Amino acid sequence: MDRTIIDKLWDAHVVTTRPDGTSLLWIDRHLLHEGSFLAFDQLTERGAKVAHPELSFAIADHYVPTRRKLGTTPEIANMVEQLEANTARHGIRLVGLDDPRQGIVHVAVPEQGLTLPGLTVVCGDSHTSTHGAFGAYAFGIGASEVAHVLMTQTLWQKKPRTMQVRIEGALGQGVTAKDIALSIIAKIGADGAAGHAIEYAGSAVRGLTMEGRMTLCNLSIEAGGRLGLVAPDETTFAWLKGRPAAPAGDLFDKACEDWSQLRSDPGSSFDRAVSLDGAEIAPTITWGVSPEHAAPVTATVPNPDAIADEARAAAVRDAIAYMGLTPGQPLDGIRVDRVFIGSCTNSRIEDLRAAAAILAGRKAKVPGLVSPGSSSVKRQAEEEGLDRIFREAGLEWADSGCSMCVGMNGDIVPPGERCASTTNRNFKGRQGPGSRTHLMSPAMVAAAAVTGHIADARPLLAGRT
Amino acid sequence: MTPLTTVESPAVVLPMAGIDTDQLIPARFMRRSRAEGYGPYLLHDLRNGPDGPRSNPLDDPAVAGSQVMIARRNFGCGSSREAAVYALADFGIRCVIAPSFGDIFSQNAVKNGLLPAIVSEEDAEALIAAEAMRRGQPLRIDLAAQQIVAGNLVVPFSIDPVWKTQLLNGWDEIDMTLAEAPAIAKFRERDQATRPWAVPQG
Repeated sequence: MDRTIIDKLWDAHVVTTRPDGTSLLWIDRHLLHEGSFLAFDQLTERGAKVAHPELSFAIADHYVPTRRKLGTTPEIANMVEQLEANTARHGIRLVGLDDPRQGIVHVAVPEQGLTLPGLTVVCGDSHTSTHGAFGAYAFGIGASEVAHVLMTQTLWQKKPRTMQVRIEGALGQGVTAKDIALSIIAKIGADGAAGHAIEYAGSAVRGLTMEGRMTLCNLSIEAGGRLGLVAPDETTFAWLKGRPAAPAGDLFDKACEDWSQLRSDPGSSFDRAVSLDGAEIAPTITWGVSPEHAAPVTATVPNPDAIADEARAAAVRDAIAYMGLTPGQPLDGIRVDRVFIGSCTNSRIEDLRAAAAILAGRKAKVPGLVSPGSSSVKRQAEEEGLDRIFREAGLEWADSGCSMCVGMNGDIVPPGERCASTTNRNFKGRQGPGSRTHLMSPAMVAAAAVTGHIADARPLLAGRT
Repeated sequence: MTPLTTVESPAVVLPMAGIDTDQLIPARFMRRSRAEGYGPYLLHDLRNGPDGPRSNPLDDPAVAGSQVMIARRNFGCGSSREAAVYALADFGIRCVIAPSFGDIFSQNAVKNGLLPAIVSEEDAEALIAAEAMRRGQPLRIDLAAQQIVAGNLVVPFSIDPVWKTQLLNGWDEIDMTLAEAPAIAKFRERDQATRPWAVPQG
């Protein structure tokens, strides 16, 4: 029987299946962060122990200050201390604030080689889909499920429906994984992949680096997908080789042999198939308050009066009003108040290089913050002199953390301000009460910084890459 | 978990699509423990402007004590924060009716005894229109029959059969899993032999 990669990963982790069709899945890696305190509280209430502390890994990211030297408020510092106490009590490894391996969980964990093809990876964070870039079955869970994994190292799951998103063709210059992802979401909707596990396939996906694949899989949840993944290949194996927690020597060779089997068989079929032409994808940005409110930078703000469905028209009208835009207004030219480069979506070394390519020798017309995805990315960027480019352009070069993507650590966009952001959610108030977010790639954010408005990055890249 | 069979109450109507979990509970209120309660922070930034409370459907006295919420598609999309469900539950909501839900939200909802009832887009619009007329009169949700009765309007809703059983019985999943300990041990033994590389190194 021909199987998809999703079937193969699922089958390999089923412990048992109930008569109602729900399966108990074995979990290979469980990632924790400060927000996991609610799950630890559930364990305390039950007087329960952690079943496999050696398979849980904790890292502080959501609340960490991005200006480490300045510190933070006692309430926020307490969130990190709580994680330290909970992990110490249960014998779980923690990467603390001052650890050289610290970073955003979905950036720093892969860097260590903890994420591997063929694994199940869960975390109390919806962007856990990021780890699918390695051919892992990775998904976000809530606090009750985090508690369940801590107590049993398993989870009851219904098998999701399957969807293949195929992108063939070569991407144009200045077009990135972020643009692919936003184009998919604009096409299928923010609930378009609800109830589905996605496999991304096609030559444009094969051509992406691991960083690009992580960005693509990261945004699966913004299309409503349970998870998104890419079949592992030589790009994956080369990236993993030599990472501290990855298998080494003969074990690595045996692993690569097994991992090579993790692909959808030619005769396998998906419940749903979507395809995009890579060559047609332009730099894409969001104009509204849902990631599905996305369009090429060359487009205009939609006119709700032209939308027949009243509920949909109402949503667009509401979004445009919140964002302070007018129907028919060109996206290119919308003034921004600040920029942010960071988050689990776009804060890896390749993202920083792409932004720096535009910023080099230019000045930003608006203030902005650059928060590398991990301490390791930060060190590498500094070795390459990228920090100097950001600073000379007038942007602030900070430490790593979730930062202004979610504003939990106090890095927020002030009310009413408009931010060009490399993050993942343009929800109302996501970056702070009353904040207005436009999602886009790092190159596009850099273009917005140097022009002071939303702008096509491609002309600014001329002669630079 | 308290079993859920029927709910009878006035409904809060939020005719909006994509009410994400960041709106349901803004991130800055998520440092509190469950015992402290999340109810006051439900949809905080919809209910409060920069200058204090503002008029909104949640605090409408006509629907005070409501246990039901009606909204448009993709309710609870976004972040996996279970606090979004805590905020609804602590406010008193036991059922949300919408044409579609974020997957993680639904999963979290059922674990906390909150029913995510899926209706067609047409029925959602019909309910929104009906409630505007019926303002404050109770509607009745019957989980076993998968039916919503709002005056003369009767609409069916769908729910995953497994979740339905869980909600009706108020089951605790962890007890169910602990009973599978022998199956887990057997899986583990076989798995370690077939996937030796899955063990984290270093």
